[in-house]
Amino acid sequence: MPRVGSSHRQVPEGYNYTQYHPMEEIYQWMTEVEESNSELVTQHYLGETSENQTMYYLQISQPSNKSKKIIWMDCGIHAREWISPAFCQWFVKEILQNYKSDPQISRFLQNLDLYILPVLNVDGYIYSWEKERLWRKNRSPYMNATCYGTDLNRNFNSSWGSIGVSYNCSSEIFCGSGPESEPETRAVAQFIERKKEDILCYLTMHSYGQYILTPYGSTTEPPSNNEELVGDENFGLLKIIAKFTGTNENAVPILNLQMQVAEKAATALMGKYGTSYQVGATSLILYSNSGSSRDWAHMIGIPFSYTFELRDKGTHGFLLPSDQIEPTCEETMLAVMTIIDYVDQKYFPSGGVILTSGSLGLSLCLSVVFTWTVF
Amino acid sequence: MEPPPPCSAAGRAAALAAACINYRRGGPSRGLELRAVTAAATQDIDNVGRKYHLKLVLEDILEKDNVVNCTAEILYHLGNKNAAPDVDFTIEGELKNTDEQDNIFYNQIKSLKKELVAQNIPDSHGNVPPEMEPIRLLARVAAGYVAWQNSTENTRYELAQIKDVRQVKRSDDYLEFDYMVLLHEFVSQEIIPWQMRVLWHPQHGVKVTQNSRQPKPAEY
Repeated sequence: MPRVGSSHRQVPEGYNYTQYHPMEEIYQWMTEVEESNSELVTQHYLGETSENQTMYYLQISQPSNKSKKIIWMDCGIHAREWISPAFCQWFVKEILQNYKSDPQISRFLQNLDLYILPVLNVDGYIYSWEKERLWRKNRSPYMNATCYGTDLNRNFNSSWGSIGVSYNCSSEIFCGSGPESEPETRAVAQFIERKKEDILCYLTMHSYGQYILTPYGSTTEPPSNNEELVGDENFGLLKIIAKFTGTNENAVPILNLQMQVAEKAATALMGKYGTSYQVGATSLILYSNSGSSRDWAHMIGIPFSYTFELRDKGTHGFLLPSDQIEPTCEETMLAVMTIIDYVDQKYFPSGGVILTSGSLGLSLCLSVVFTWTVF
Repeated sequence: MEPPPPCSAAGRAAALAAACINYRRGGPSRGLELRAVTAAATQDIDNVGRKYHLKLVLEDILEKDNVVNCTAEILYHLGNKNAAPDVDFTIEGELKNTDEQDNIFYNQIKSLKKELVAQNIPDSHGNVPPEMEPIRLLARVAAGYVAWQNSTENTRYELAQIKDVRQVKRSDDYLEFDYMVLLHEFVSQEIIPWQMRVLWHPQHGVKVTQNSRQPKPAEY
């Protein structure tokens, strides 16, 4: 049942945020959200998919003379990760239901516009509803239409095609015929490139695994805010880790500011239901990969760039029961709000909160490295 | 001195340990899931392989507040890549006794007029009818065995879905099921169909008598 707040007209009545919705219903929902919140929300055309479906994003923007910065969030880049679009819809609903009453939201809406793309891979999402529930990629044809689909999260122009990909269309991690070969990738990349001066934070929502991932998946480029809040003793640590993981010491992002904000977000998330998320660079805690949207966003200069891998850890995996939509979305809201709030305070300070670099808790990855040296 | 394995390998080893522990200790009324890894260390053994020393916390899928601490050692063999890794583990403390639920499930199946047949567990929305939960947990136990037999340092398998399950008629006391499942491999992101023949008895536990990887269905 949808939650009815004091301003129940602000979100489409009768829309059930605790169920999964097919694409037709999400399109309709976007239209209704814009209609019932026209002072705040506008729906925009982003581009077309390979099967000529339209990609729309929602812009949540408080009218003002001030020039604002941007938070971007996309969901559903991988078709089978249904909890992801469910979260984007939940997020929009939460903002619209609470922006007048919640001081945290009303503060950051003075400075930040929110751009939400509820379903990036529209064709794939539709395919996962109609034909194959565990489909991942988009639906563009290759090899004379004998093989379908590029992994859109290997198709961005960030060390494209170098590691953690396949050049074979039949693979789930096929990176496409070239960087940005897919219309969905181009639609997102062109838009973000145009707006990159104003985008402070790029969030991309996936499942499953319970991770908050920071750049990089491949180790060829260092993240630019690596040196912030890294003291001398931590720099020594960086060098040791770099030596043992065989990476460029400037490319080890473990101790950087992005990580610390992500740790704060994971802590906030855990506070709700005890769900534990691991935080770190993809190449260290998951696997190496290239061409991800998160890495590309960071490379072109967006300072805070994160991949969320939502619930669970494998018991249900992609088939997360709909009765877990609400708790997953509630806890994830806390994490996302932590990040947005930090970005807001950092770039629009009111003379208050600064993230202090506390003592470094050894993550699992570090303790593995250091224990290895003992043998 | 060889560079150490990437840290991500420790996560995969932990998942394998959990799969093994679930295979050995799980059943239709008990599923164990990895909640956290509290310590991990690796050790290269010359001419043998690489060993992972792990401290894990597992939780009971059916009762999330039931947790147990475990230590596990996994040895991935250097030479024969087809050999399953060696897995040793100890569980601290007692797991909840499931005899009663096991017997209820056993009697339910034994009293069916026709052999059980079902598809798509969970369904697309993640739902599992309550009477199918033991069937799912049994598949998870068997999938733990398949994961163990087929894992390397660079793979991590999870049970994604049961496509089809059919009970096999038997004249003895055992229950037998033929499963067609989909496994999700984390690194390649592939969905791999796998067939498993599973025997179970309340007193004698789970045995996977036969299993085989299946070809991916043709594109459509």
